[in-house]
Amino acid sequence: MRGWPLLSILVFLPVAGAAVAAIVDRRREQAIRWTGLAASLLTLGVVLVIFERFAVGTPAVQFEERAVWIPAAGIAYHLGIDGISLPLVLLTTVIMPLALLSSWSSVGDRVKEFTVSMLVLETALLGTFLSLDLVLFYVFWDAVLIPMYFIIGLWGGPRRVYAAFKFILYTASGSALMLVAIIVLYLQSGPAGARTFDWLALREAPVAMPLQAWLFAAFALAFAIKVPLWPLHTWLPDAHTEAPTPGSVVLAAVLLKMGTYGFLRFLLPLFPEASRRFAPLLVTLAIIGILYGAAVSWAQRDMKRLVAMSSVSHLGFVTLGAFALTVEGLQGSLLQMVNHGISTGGLFLVVGVLYDRTHSRLLDDYGGVAALMPRFAAVATIVMLSSMALPGTNGFVGEFLILLGAFRAAPVYAVVAAGGVILSAVYLLWMYQRVMHGPVAVKERARVVELSRRELVLFVPLIALIFWIGLFPGALLSRSEASIRALVERVEAAR
Amino acid sequence: MPSSADLRALTPELIVAGAALAVLVWATFLPPQRQQILRWMSAAALVAAAWEVLVLGAGVPSVFSGMYARDGVTLVLQSAALLGALLALALAGDYVERARLEAGEFYALLLVAALGAMVMAGSRDLIMVFLGLETLSIPLYVLAAFARTDLRSQEAGMKYFLLGAFSTVFFLYGIALVYGVTGSTSLPRLAAASDTLMLRVGLGLLLIGLAFKAAIVPFHAWAPDVYEGAPLPVTAYMSVIAKVGAFAALLRLFPGTLHTQSVQWTGILAALSTLTMILGNLAALRQTSLKRLLAYSSIAHAGFLLIGVASGTTQGASGVAFYLLAYTLMTLGAFALALMVTRRGEEADQIADLTGLASRSPALAGAMTVFMVSLAGLPPTAGFVGKFYVFAAALDAGQTALAIVGVLASVVSAYYYLRVAYTMFSGEPGGDVTFAGDRWVAGALIVAVVGVLALGVFPAPVTAFVQQLEQALR
Repeated sequence: MRGWPLLSILVFLPVAGAAVAAIVDRRREQAIRWTGLAASLLTLGVVLVIFERFAVGTPAVQFEERAVWIPAAGIAYHLGIDGISLPLVLLTTVIMPLALLSSWSSVGDRVKEFTVSMLVLETALLGTFLSLDLVLFYVFWDAVLIPMYFIIGLWGGPRRVYAAFKFILYTASGSALMLVAIIVLYLQSGPAGARTFDWLALREAPVAMPLQAWLFAAFALAFAIKVPLWPLHTWLPDAHTEAPTPGSVVLAAVLLKMGTYGFLRFLLPLFPEASRRFAPLLVTLAIIGILYGAAVSWAQRDMKRLVAMSSVSHLGFVTLGAFALTVEGLQGSLLQMVNHGISTGGLFLVVGVLYDRTHSRLLDDYGGVAALMPRFAAVATIVMLSSMALPGTNGFVGEFLILLGAFRAAPVYAVVAAGGVILSAVYLLWMYQRVMHGPVAVKERARVVELSRRELVLFVPLIALIFWIGLFPGALLSRSEASIRALVERVEAAR
Repeated sequence: MPSSADLRALTPELIVAGAALAVLVWATFLPPQRQQILRWMSAAALVAAAWEVLVLGAGVPSVFSGMYARDGVTLVLQSAALLGALLALALAGDYVERARLEAGEFYALLLVAALGAMVMAGSRDLIMVFLGLETLSIPLYVLAAFARTDLRSQEAGMKYFLLGAFSTVFFLYGIALVYGVTGSTSLPRLAAASDTLMLRVGLGLLLIGLAFKAAIVPFHAWAPDVYEGAPLPVTAYMSVIAKVGAFAALLRLFPGTLHTQSVQWTGILAALSTLTMILGNLAALRQTSLKRLLAYSSIAHAGFLLIGVASGTTQGASGVAFYLLAYTLMTLGAFALALMVTRRGEEADQIADLTGLASRSPALAGAMTVFMVSLAGLPPTAGFVGKFYVFAAALDAGQTALAIVGVLASVVSAYYYLRVAYTMFSGEPGGDVTFAGDRWVAGALIVAVVGVLALGVFPAPVTAFVQQLEQALR
């Protein structure tokens, strides 16, 4: 397989799967589902090959592919992977098969359209994480919106239309200004004829202030909406709550990471000076988000909304780590992106399992579920503890590194943010207690049955990852360390 | 007596004009059931003309003693006009024969309008531009009123004719003033003219005349009513061919002729563009009729197109050309779909009529989704590349505010375009809505889908093609 364009194969494998699924007769739903699952598993296989061959200890971009795309405008088809994108690519390809598998019970109509949308979404996500040309990046970034719009709008809950439009208008307005900033970056990159959209070239010569600050603002807005950073988070509870379970899983686990990935990939290296100058602002917003998200989660009566709001809190941590601008903070931030994907993806699956049985997401409709579904209770406990960042689970490593990094940057950041860790334990345990413990109080008791084998298969890989990262974080951290170090040096050097 | 070289350079126009006459005459001898031959004839003429346009290339900057040119602008914009005419012909045929309209006259008028747009693309003299403008407009007035028994169609034709004639007068008066100042109607002579108030007024009047044809705010008021009243294939054709003609003339006049005085007109064009984008997109938000939605969409796109002209650069001009090609494909594609949806043989032009289309015909719904995504300017489609192109030109020319209005306006447009796409995938289809369409319409749809995606994913050959017009403008 040497010399194969592995990254291109990776990016376009899901779309090829979508094409196959599209020509299968729509009545053969099971065949379509298997096609989707197979395509996403094959994609995961390609990522594992890349993960294994990935050279540790170098910040260089690996598996690079470059081809002329639109020569007249200096736009290239340029893909590459480094320590920052590798964990997210892995996360995407792990989550996708699980989300597809979970759709087998939660999505009953228009299976074909759903499978095609999910696979197209996977291609767009992988392309976003692997593009090293700004226009190519933007194309994939915006292309994510269309399948996600349909997933929320067609298979979602009662207020799905409203949620889908809110999602797309919110995120599209952010990215619109980013497009302007991308073009301005290009125009600034040299005399006519020698201009470029290439990330590697652009980061070597950051534009001067104050233009850099404006461009930073345009990029930061697009990313902050996607993350979402407080106070731009208001699209998120609606989108998450209304989306079908697999949609929520992908949205929380992967889509939100596009924003935080953007922080690391574009904001810091392309605008180092502005990043340093505005880091306190972003950190402040992140900390408000951590506390606000946690407090609001506590007040929710709808489980999906609770988990959704908890994402605002958790992604506040990720943002905090990114703008602490220390190696520990950034390492933790990157690791926590993966962790949040696993644990919150898992939490949405947990809620999905309950919803499939009773068609209710309200906490009031549940009680004593542990007595009816003991295995499920155990699984839910592990996922929840991971989300609470208990030592031994993946969340602990990530949050610890972030707090350490934040402490190095300014002790007060860490002290205030640590409050969020406690709050997250409060609202998660509160939810757990209401649902699982106490006297059995569910609407249709007969339907609340133990996890099926397929549902168990959903959780096994997640639990394995929770402990694998929790106990052996080195596998991921060692692969990202060189890239993170180089990034921090770059930001420091712009002083 | 024109030289043979001059005539040779005019072959595409002669082919189209000859075909129009031949179709008109032959139609009177053909029995009604054999009218399909006329469609084949018209299509063959358009293909032959397009072939000639490409073969002749961009090598003859001056024919008929400088009144006409076969340069890059002619090449690129005549290609766009012929593409639009060919697709519109494919859409119209089935409708015209189904609605028992006079097929021969219809095709002849369609060809003549295409000829008008072609002449506008090649003109280097204001009189020629005017001739092209009239050759384009008059058939469109007639076509708008073509469904003689339909009151709405009559009203549309009348309205279009009255307002159109009025705007033509503006244009003519503009020519008179420019002639008064420069003593000539030739565009190269105009470029060298010294700047006076009279000249500026004259140019302003020319701009009004062209802005009317392109449906640029505040000269757009006719468009929604006319578009809604005219028979669907006519609306489709009008929204494309009038834009090609008007923008060809705008490019010839502004970046082509007045590039040295660009500071004086870029601001005005940028203001018009901003107004057009804002008003077109906001008005489109509230439409429930697909026809009316596409009418406002065509106004909005005139605003986006105008960004490229307002940038005042040759790069902006080639952006306009690319955008026109993209616009032709995606708009005619969307109209093709609107044409296929019928209720008891009548047009079903409400957005709600598309409900559940996907469960009946996933391929059609998929195609329409591609057009809507492209019209909204989202990747990976032609619409995105077109917008990218004109925004980049505006930013390069320092028109940052214009580009920002442009990107935000396209976010607004995503709302109403995606609503159409959403409608098709949700709910159950209404019982009395059916699909009708022959192989021609299907062919046009396929060409449009493939074109929109190809221009979006592999735009390089087409960008290289449209850039040929940059030499002609320098």
